[in-house]
Amino acid sequence: MRRRQLISAWLFLSPFLILSGVFFIYPFLWATILAFYQTSGSLHSVFVGWSNFRFVLSDPEFFRALRNTTVFAAFSVFLQLPLSLGLALLLNSRKDRWKGFFRLILFSPHLVGPIFVGILFSVLFTARFGMINRFLHHVSGWGLDLRWLADPALVMPALVLTSLWMYVGFNMIYFLAGLQNVSEDLMDAARVDGAGPWQRFVNVIVPAIKPVALFVVIMSTIGSFQLFELPYALLNGTGGPDNAGLTIVMYLYQHAFESGDLGTGAAVGWILALIIFAISMAQIRISRGLESP
Amino acid sequence: MSFNIFHALVLAAAAVYGALWFLRSDHGASANTFLRYALILAASFLVLAPFAWLVAATFKDPDVLNEYVFFPPLSEWSSDTLNFKNLRVLFEPRQTSAGTFTFWLFIFNSLFLACTQTGLQLFTSSMAGFALAKYSFRGSGLVLGFILGSMMIPPILLLAPVYMIIVNLGWIDSFLALIVPSAVSGYGIFLFRQAMLGVPKELLEAARVEGASEFRLYFSVALPLVRPMSGAFCLVAFLASWNNFIAPNVFLHSTHKLTLPVILQQYVGDYSSQYGVFLAGTLIAILPPVILFFLLQREFISGLTSGAVKG
Repeated sequence: MRRRQLISAWLFLSPFLILSGVFFIYPFLWATILAFYQTSGSLHSVFVGWSNFRFVLSDPEFFRALRNTTVFAAFSVFLQLPLSLGLALLLNSRKDRWKGFFRLILFSPHLVGPIFVGILFSVLFTARFGMINRFLHHVSGWGLDLRWLADPALVMPALVLTSLWMYVGFNMIYFLAGLQNVSEDLMDAARVDGAGPWQRFVNVIVPAIKPVALFVVIMSTIGSFQLFELPYALLNGTGGPDNAGLTIVMYLYQHAFESGDLGTGAAVGWILALIIFAISMAQIRISRGLESP
Repeated sequence: MSFNIFHALVLAAAAVYGALWFLRSDHGASANTFLRYALILAASFLVLAPFAWLVAATFKDPDVLNEYVFFPPLSEWSSDTLNFKNLRVLFEPRQTSAGTFTFWLFIFNSLFLACTQTGLQLFTSSMAGFALAKYSFRGSGLVLGFILGSMMIPPILLLAPVYMIIVNLGWIDSFLALIVPSAVSGYGIFLFRQAMLGVPKELLEAARVEGASEFRLYFSVALPLVRPMSGAFCLVAFLASWNNFIAPNVFLHSTHKLTLPVILQQYVGDYSSQYGVFLAGTLIAILPPVILFFLLQREFISGLTSGAVKG
């Protein structure tokens, strides 16, 4: 009967294997070849060697996009994740029957797709009448005329604020799950030994949540480097004033699907894949280095 | 600027915190609890404000949209300030080159695609996850490695070649272009494999002895045992499909086939002077995921984080 089980196992896997052959492995190989061709539309293509890569790597627009995307990723990791962890710590009380309720509220923005968030926030960021400027004005008496989406210097802050709204609660869920691994006995022991809140945080909580933290850092870096829909909707399909909101995937999309140059698109895709791979590897290595000092 | 409710709230909170700190003799424990709740409430307020604003913008008359930040004060509630004008315009039949359609059509398209994709992914992923978790055969490690590796490839890299495949298959402007490639999910297989590892072998053996087919073992024995994961995955898959923008935007052309994210992105331009209309559409577009989330929230939170915590 072993034979019957073996056949069943492969049959169970067959939908995945067939479809990922056609729509993943084959396109993946094709993307590699395509990166060396110049295409116009889906019919004409000419072999051009490395010149797609040369074009992209000498295009100031691409570096603009790379810089914007990197800045956004840095804000995600160094601003958004600490806020997520902070909220998780606030919410992680042993006896709190409101915990589930607030967890739902703080998570809820993640249910709204990035396109819908972009559309909503493009109105919230309006100068004078937008909710955000009115709120700023109410609290501080200043900021009613900030033109968030028209001023190159304010586009990135607007993107970061919007993504904070979307993702802080989402990543908080992961940190909350990680905090379940913190040993209460160890916390009590540290308290008895006179360790202050900061010492308890560094010596007890941080080691316990490290696996989750690494996972969240890597996922949010990968996600940040693939940012597309949010700025696309927020800036109405453009890179924003002075391309201040242009991301790598937007640059790819403009070349591949708006200008019809799929070859350059594939080259940008490969550069992006290599960047993501290199950063993820570096993050894993750094976290290993921190483990055994 | 004048003194207003925000300043009053901050001052009151600071006063209560100070009072708790000085008056109570519990080493500031109640003051800390108060501070915790104050911060959580402030965060919740910031999270909920855009939602409240969206609801208000949908039901406010277009003429008073900017007059009040949220809802008008109770004394000014009337059909002149609050009404269904935005929704009425949104659901008016619209003439396009391919015929006359209403907004219901786009809701239906989105629902149809999201339900189809979720159903297919649930079936193929749980089945493949079962195979990887409960059968030991040569090549299973390779398949798992391929799945994990494939998750590192940015999907956008494949979009250009997949677009050319779709053109060759003649699926441009067809729902097949969206349904078939996304009928499987590597992430889903990984989640179900993790969950199915916990299904006891003895249970499967017992069913085998009684003559159940291998498909029956998967469908009637293993699948019911991982119901929480199924619930979590349904929501993940539904959200991914419902909120998907790039694929429908690239593969679909005819107006009557578009999904909500694509059509609403167009409405932003079409209704730039009456933005209550596309805001009403946005409110409607975020309702189905919210409803599904509240039905499945318990499964969702545990399922979502299980992969990350187990490592």
